[in-house]
Amino acid sequence: MAEKLKKSTLPMKKPPMRGPRDASKTIKRLLSYIFKGHKLRMAFVLICILLSAVAGVASSVFLQILIDDFITPMIGQINPDFTGLAVAVLTMAGIYLIGVISTFMYNRLMVVISQGVLKDIRDEMFSHMQNLPIRYFDTHSHGDIMSYYTNDTDTLRQMISQSIPQVFSSLVTIVAVFAAMVATNIWLTIIVLVTIAVIMFVGNKITAKSGKYFIKQQQSIAATNGYIEEMINGQKVVKVFCHEEEAKEGFDRLNEELCVNATEANRYANILMPVMGNMGHLQYALIAIIGGALGISGFGGITLGAIASFLQLSRNFTMPISQVSQQINSIVMALAGAERIFTLMDEEAETDEGYVTLVNAKRNLNGEIVETPEHTGLWAWKHPHNDGTVTYTELKGDVRLTEVDFGYNENKIVLHDVSVFAEPGQKVAFVGATGAGKTTITNLINRFYDIADGKIRYDGININKIKKADLRRSLGVVLQDVNLFTGTVMENIRYGKLDATDDEVYAAAKRANADGFIRMLPDGYNTMLEGDGSGLSQGQRQLISIARAAVADPPVMILDEATSSIDTRTEAIVQKGMDRLMAGRTVFVIAHRLSTVRNSDVIMVLEQGRIIERGNHDKLIAEHGKYYQLYTGAFELE
Amino acid sequence: MIRKLLSCVGEYKKSSVLTPVFVTLEAVMEVIIPLLMAFLIDEGINKSDMGAILKIGGLLVASTLVSLLFGALSGHYAAVASAGFAKNLRQRMYYKIQNFSFRNIDKFSTASLVTRLTTDVTNVQNAYQMVIRIAVRCPVLLFFSLIMSFSVNPQLSLVFLCIIPVLAFVLLFIIKIVHPIFERVFRTYDKLNNVVQENLHGIRVVKSFVREDYEREKFGKVSASIYKDFTKAEKILAFNSPVMQTAVYVAILAISWLGAKMIIGSTMTTGQLMSLISYVMQILMSLMMLSMVFVMITISRASVERIVEVLDEESDIVSKENAVKEVKDGSISFDNVNFSYARKADKNVLDGINLNIKSGETVGIIGGTGSSKSSFVQLIPRLYDVSEGSLKVGGVDVRDYDIEALRENVAMVLQKNVLFSGTIKENLRWGNKEASDEELVRVCRLAQADDFIETFPDKYDTYIEQGGTNVSGGQKQRLCIARALLKKPKILILDDSTSAVDTRTDALIRKAFREEIPDTTKLIIAQRISSVQDADKIIVLDDGKINGVGTHEELLKTNDIYKEVYYSQTKEAVSNG
Repeated sequence: MAEKLKKSTLPMKKPPMRGPRDASKTIKRLLSYIFKGHKLRMAFVLICILLSAVAGVASSVFLQILIDDFITPMIGQINPDFTGLAVAVLTMAGIYLIGVISTFMYNRLMVVISQGVLKDIRDEMFSHMQNLPIRYFDTHSHGDIMSYYTNDTDTLRQMISQSIPQVFSSLVTIVAVFAAMVATNIWLTIIVLVTIAVIMFVGNKITAKSGKYFIKQQQSIAATNGYIEEMINGQKVVKVFCHEEEAKEGFDRLNEELCVNATEANRYANILMPVMGNMGHLQYALIAIIGGALGISGFGGITLGAIASFLQLSRNFTMPISQVSQQINSIVMALAGAERIFTLMDEEAETDEGYVTLVNAKRNLNGEIVETPEHTGLWAWKHPHNDGTVTYTELKGDVRLTEVDFGYNENKIVLHDVSVFAEPGQKVAFVGATGAGKTTITNLINRFYDIADGKIRYDGININKIKKADLRRSLGVVLQDVNLFTGTVMENIRYGKLDATDDEVYAAAKRANADGFIRMLPDGYNTMLEGDGSGLSQGQRQLISIARAAVADPPVMILDEATSSIDTRTEAIVQKGMDRLMAGRTVFVIAHRLSTVRNSDVIMVLEQGRIIERGNHDKLIAEHGKYYQLYTGAFELE
Repeated sequence: MIRKLLSCVGEYKKSSVLTPVFVTLEAVMEVIIPLLMAFLIDEGINKSDMGAILKIGGLLVASTLVSLLFGALSGHYAAVASAGFAKNLRQRMYYKIQNFSFRNIDKFSTASLVTRLTTDVTNVQNAYQMVIRIAVRCPVLLFFSLIMSFSVNPQLSLVFLCIIPVLAFVLLFIIKIVHPIFERVFRTYDKLNNVVQENLHGIRVVKSFVREDYEREKFGKVSASIYKDFTKAEKILAFNSPVMQTAVYVAILAISWLGAKMIIGSTMTTGQLMSLISYVMQILMSLMMLSMVFVMITISRASVERIVEVLDEESDIVSKENAVKEVKDGSISFDNVNFSYARKADKNVLDGINLNIKSGETVGIIGGTGSSKSSFVQLIPRLYDVSEGSLKVGGVDVRDYDIEALRENVAMVLQKNVLFSGTIKENLRWGNKEASDEELVRVCRLAQADDFIETFPDKYDTYIEQGGTNVSGGQKQRLCIARALLKKPKILILDDSTSAVDTRTDALIRKAFREEIPDTTKLIIAQRISSVQDADKIIVLDDGKINGVGTHEELLKTNDIYKEVYYSQTKEAVSNG
């Protein structure tokens, strides 16, 4: 319930569709990933790319040497000597062989590097995500986070495995060809440079245009996907209202817009290739004409062979440039994706300065609590002090909130001066309208959020001193929105206690009154659940989630609308089982069904973040206050 | 399968045909241009003939411009055709889904339908563009380049005939090995997404149970298997470029060596040698591209299959011909009705239901979790078809009605209900597009929603967020009831629709129903006895069978289940509003 409130009070941070903000920083960071684990490999790759590019350039120089040095002198000879030619061809074959081997090596190595880097990034991203505070998940849409793992990593893969080697090899080729051009003829080189500038200018224009539409296309896709998701989610409602035609109309509008933007984006991207290619041809014609004129007039010592090979060189010069320009769009998109991924990785993790830990304990002969490695059913808080001594406090489940204030953001306090004392074994219930702060209180106890003011003590220890993992391990939670995982029923229940035996799982299921229906499932406990247990009814899913909490056997239990979808008869049975389980332990219950909370030791009535009434059922009824009104139906809950 | 997809090209047929036409023309130009280049060297530069240089150079410039034009046009039409194709495909699927019955919807998960409509369509769109451009361009280029090189020098061109088959064989072999691995990679990707998605949804569970490390391990395993398979597949693909390079280099060396001899023997010119070498590049390049297209197509095959699966899904609930358009009254009769979700299930979800409900009656339905209450009422507006027996509304079998007419008269408020993003007014008008503002207020009063709507600053123009997240559960339920009332139905079904509404408001809603719409048959599923106890008839469902029918007083006397439920709710209770 509180989740809903948060969503409406906290603005969602939507990452805008755009290019990268700080490209150089992102590139640096990306390169650090590449070089971190693969320094040697990467160095080897660069050498191989260099060799392979040089072999490519050599092949065009080779032609000139062949024509000028071997073929032309031999023309007209009656008995030509082919040894020189053979040596040249064989030398070339050797160079080519090195080129081919280099290509093979760097392609293979690049696979290992790019996949390795992607795996590192993926794992690190997921690992870091596990450390993020709940607040992060409140303020970021799941769809956006999902796309970091899908679209963004995918563009990244393309960039690392294709764009980076291509750009590097193109750069090497450009430098090498440029050197060869300068060596052949400086004047013709200048002409090439001028025309290249023109080509690049035009190329940039087109790339910019297509980039603009690619971003528009992304936006359109997001809008269409959003609409599709909403409509398909509500498809059954659409059917019940015969609203199909209207649902089609809305879709058609977005679909049309997406089509327009996709056409524009692809149009410019498609045109880029022919434009660059043909401008290369134009350049070729230009050099031939100018070079021819210069050669004929004998200017600058231009030979025929020089012009011929220069023409070949100029083609080799424009090709890598147009290749790089084709990569630019995908590089920009990949960098934007990488930046989003890095933003997630840079999100501040949940802090945990706790040092009090939860340990298995037993009583020694003097009745003192001591630590023990085996599971005894007795738990203790291990509290190390500054002076080096360690004290053990028995885990009892005494939870006290004193004058707690809290707000999801600083300007809007949602809990005011809340004090709750739950003694071991007590059942404490919270009732109140949506947004009154019921779930929020329980979220403070397990430190999903940190309080703004006041104190929360657990068995007398300030919960800020307790290690979060140990704190949460001591609290069993059953939420209204049940989440099951893909896997068997058995695995899902075992999620509460990973080393639970089958018998422990059965026992927990029985306590939750889930055993009966589970055995009716096609494969009983081994039935596969998929899509969040979509084959089960809401009530059955809740029963499994109760069993999951039961198997964990925690000293303190939080039940947040845990039985709202279960009929009252079954609920009564479940409750009996739970009461047995929780005898002598502390339970926090949130429910809108007042029959659920009636037998609580203390009932807290919340209104707008304040506790306005407290006491047991009889006392509150006798007071004729808000609870009485709620109970008699004069006010609406929820 | 492919034919089914291609029928979605529709009005983009022109563009889809023009693209390959212009691609072909462009490719032809690309073959002519190197020829002109060779001419330029032989006739112009080598002969130092400035006139020839200018003439051929000019021709070259002109051909380049023409080629540019063709290229631009083909690019344009390709974009139009592929984006249009994708649009039609998306539309066709979406329309199809709109026709799905509940059973069809149950079969596909929401998430999978969404991916099919988005990612899969994009994959197919890209593949389509590839096919009409590159897959046309490459063979054309290959063909003409071969013809040209043979016309330049037939003997030397024999080199190609030796190299191309070898190259083609190797490339195909690589694809054949790689394809199954890629298929596996994509399946593993689905798994990875699933792990992330479940983790996101269940992050509170993960954190509560301190299972971060467990989740990391789970993710790590899937991630590692992607790494393993992807690396394996790409390592094999890494053979592509070196194989290709080897072919190019061997061809260049062979042609250079043999060509040199011919030039010296004066049977060939240097210009011809140059153009032959550029044909080498072109031919092998197009082969390479072709193999890439092949990989792309095989990768997109999975997407095609998933799309066709949706297009092939036939709705099992359609209106009969000459269907009855008029629903006479709100009477309902079940005659020996059996029902199960799967066609051959061991156990019926509803078993041997016989029941008559008179028009205008209020009927309460009570039963435990999994007693098939929802299935029972979903048969009435024919959201599912009965497996056996017959169900009549207004004296006519529901299967004989026009579905739209039936559902207009049988309004149902679903248990898992949804409001859509838009104003309250827009949401309400789902019930009746033409409803006047006064009518909206009237139904909202009936559903006890008017009061809280009036407290909103924007009143009836308040914007509802997607999924109705900015109204409370009770408010949402009352808006959903109002929306259904706007249809002025003959039968109104509330499937646990007031569970989040307090008992007093609940009672007010029922009172309003009784007074304002007495002729409408009302079926109310509830967990609370108080919601049904004043009904004309209460049905107790247990395990898919009718356990008892009667009024509150009768059932209290005769029905054990009813008694138990009643006492579980009223035990210790002071009063029940």
